[in-house]
Amino acid sequence: MQVPAKFAYERADSVPHALELLERYGPEARVVAGGHSLIPMMKLRLAQPEALIDINGLTELGRLAVEDDELVIGALVRHAELLASTIATDLFPIFRDAERVIADPIVRNRGTIGGSLCQADPSEDLSAVFSALRATAVIQGRNGTRTVPIRDFHQGPYETAVEPDELLVRLRVPISSGTGSAYVKVERRVGDWPVAAAGAVLRVEDGVIAQAGVGLTAVGAEHFCAPEAETYLAGRPPSPEAFAAAGRIAAEHCEPHTDQRGPADYKRHLAAELTRRALAAAAERI
Amino acid sequence: MRITVSVNGQPHTRDVEPRLLLVHFLRDELGLTGTHWGCDTSNCGVCTVQLDGVPVKSCTVLAVMADGHEVTTVEGLERDGELDAVQKGFVECHGLQCGFCTPGMLLTARRLLDTVPDPDEGQIREAISGQLCRCTGYENIVRSIRWAAAAEGEARR
Ligand code: FES
Ligand code: FES
Repeated sequence: MQVPAKFAYERADSVPHALELLERYGPEARVVAGGHSLIPMMKLRLAQPEALIDINGLTELGRLAVEDDELVIGALVRHAELLASTIATDLFPIFRDAERVIADPIVRNRGTIGGSLCQADPSEDLSAVFSALRATAVIQGRNGTRTVPIRDFHQGPYETAVEPDELLVRLRVPISSGTGSAYVKVERRVGDWPVAAAGAVLRVEDGVIAQAGVGLTAVGAEHFCAPEAETYLAGRPPSPEAFAAAGRIAAEHCEPHTDQRGPADYKRHLAAELTRRALAAAAERI
Repeated sequence: MRITVSVNGQPHTRDVEPRLLLVHFLRDELGLTGTHWGCDTSNCGVCTVQLDGVPVKSCTVLAVMADGHEVTTVEGLERDGELDAVQKGFVECHGLQCGFCTPGMLLTARRLLDTVPDPDEGQIREAISGQLCRCTGYENIVRSIRWAAAAEGEARR
């Protein structure tokens, strides 16, 4: 029987209250929402927080709405809610592609968007999705909120820009017309972490790619993106050749490791091929 | 910590350690052993219960998180001595062999039919994709859920 080590448990009733609790308990406290990454890690003693601050009651973090020219996704939005939100998935089909293959429907009922991003697992799907979308993270502390581009949010495996006394409160995704997006993942079995996965966001103006976003996960891509491939694509007309070349560039610049999900060279191959497929699918959706 | 959880419509108040998992609260504190417990790693889904009507894996939810919330377990499916349609479906279509996965399957099936009254095979398979049947009886599980959907459709007419 796997049971977490002892910890103090506090339930936050507002964001300021959560921040106050984080300050009171210090860096050994962890925020818990869905708990589907943290609780398994606590059972295995890979995480041993002294206190858990439960934010499940903070309904203000569960909002999912369009505000001006951005889609705003609260940190407490559950995976299942994002998948069910036609506002989100019509604007950005990449969310539908990705959420359908993140864990399984029951885990998705509980796990949250903010939790996935803050866990910052190097194989996490949404990190690549938000990176491709060039989202902005809104982080709140005792002295107010600050924004961090998602590509600066992830600072390494299991490390984010969120300080111990801060809380990720929402994500903002810029909306622009002429955009298509897609996500493609290879997994060993349904619900597993990816062997490799790629997300693509393309904005086309006057027949050429005005901006490309390429997100990669599980292949050791820094900040979950492929900036060299994006630069290559910018200014070119969308074409199968350009997408294949971008895939090769993305694969060259990632750093996959051999593990139980596959050898490094296979993952590198997938990085190229999945980038190509994601770009092609994104282009189809413009 | 003192918590009150409504389980199958009955409030239960207990003093628990924050680290107690919901599955053990149900089984050991309340004696509701219909909720099974397998992998302990949120993979197999045998521990699935409904939390405020939504299926969750109770091995990965703390009992304290259910404080003030409604939990439904397999024991809560039958009403006034009559089995729920999904239970009848599993009986009719041989939807269980050893029965280990069955309580979780029933609660997921119930939620599916509450939200999608007439699911096709793909929707059923998707809904139960977070649950393993060690006896690999998926064909009959799908048939059982289809049977329940048809029976409820019939009853509504
Ligand atoms: S025991 Fe909970 S998912 Fe297996
Ligand atoms: S009936 Fe045996 S595990 Fe499903």
